[in-house]
Amino acid sequence: MKENLYKYILGIADNSLILAQRLGELCGHGPSLETDIALTNISLDLLGQTRSYYQYAAKLAGEDKTEDDIAFLRIEREYKNVLLVEQPNTHFGHVMARQFLFDVYHLMLMEQLQNSKDETLAAIAKKGIKEVSYHKRFSSDWVKRLGDGTEESKEKMQEAINAMWRFTDELFDVMEADKAMIEEGIAVDVSEMKETYYEKVSEILEKATLEVPERKYFTRGGKKGVHTEHMGYLLADLQYMQRTYPNMTW
Amino acid sequence: MLTETTNIDTHLIPVLKTVSDPEIPVLTVLDLGVIREATEQDGVVTIKLTPTYSGCPAMDVIGDDLKTAFSEIGKEAKIELILSPAWTTDWISEEGLQKMEEYGIARPMSESADKDVLLGEKKLVKCTNCGSTNTHLVSQFGSTACKALFKCDDCQEPFDYFKCLK
Repeated sequence: MKENLYKYILGIADNSLILAQRLGELCGHGPSLETDIALTNISLDLLGQTRSYYQYAAKLAGEDKTEDDIAFLRIEREYKNVLLVEQPNTHFGHVMARQFLFDVYHLMLMEQLQNSKDETLAAIAKKGIKEVSYHKRFSSDWVKRLGDGTEESKEKMQEAINAMWRFTDELFDVMEADKAMIEEGIAVDVSEMKETYYEKVSEILEKATLEVPERKYFTRGGKKGVHTEHMGYLLADLQYMQRTYPNMTW
Repeated sequence: MLTETTNIDTHLIPVLKTVSDPEIPVLTVLDLGVIREATEQDGVVTIKLTPTYSGCPAMDVIGDDLKTAFSEIGKEAKIELILSPAWTTDWISEEGLQKMEEYGIARPMSESADKDVLLGEKKLVKCTNCGSTNTHLVSQFGSTACKALFKCDDCQEPFDYFKCLK
């Protein structure tokens, strides 16, 4: 099995799965009908991308592994998503801050991944770009609307951006498997995206009349499988059905 | 404008025409442009299907419906999901666009016009009920991933707009 490629795929796909799960929790609980529909639509796009990645990974793994095994039957330490995407839906400001900070990164990643030497990854990225650019537009608009809105919305949006900020630096960490894949022209060297990312984010925060947090210390660990306390609860929800009724299908 | 070619055996078309999109039932899979290849060899039909959106739940249903449609005439169908080249709204047939409008979903606009209407900058989307372009965006996301929600300011009718995807 191509172990490095498998790991690389999961590193990307787990972000989409976990964020999709978080957004899915809001189904029927969005602050308004339109945002409820939007959040679940975004969740669905991410889940669709996740399926494409996992189907590919399952093929590489062989041994009759399926996309569902990968999604549902791993333990917490085996999920390699960044800490940012597992953060809870504290309030709508947090949901949008998390989404916005991820979308900017996600779109940059897709734009480069479409040139990957791996045909399947390139195809998933090309398809994903169209969806992710729409997500970014949506989340950026909300950051601006709330940031440049009322006194209260501004305060909440700023608080949310500040709370999420410490998880952003991890997005650009390069793991061992990634290094090997970068050398082969398959993976994107995310460490090179960092500067542009913060420029893009700052530009929108300024439009939103929000302050760009100045932080020197960042929290990381998700890419190594060391998650925040929220992850266990999220997985309990995500995996419940398959753990309770193994192999059940719809 | 069909920039990417399809390879569909003509004798399979009547069967393909019986399968429609479960979420927009007036559109057949051919109208929608999701069938990129349909060929028959030794009694087995191979169909290459491309999703509209990555997470479109209709795709699994369409795959199953295609299998059923062919099994009814005693043929086995194999479905293969392909992602590249990525589906675009340009692949919806003109006939499909007309059926869609009669059904109450406004057709996708050009890429630049689409951007304008989804940012709420211009009023260009035609109401499917009265034809007025005095309409506004209610929600960037609609009942399915491929649509946005609009409302007509003349006849007050809410309606779906099929987003341009390129």
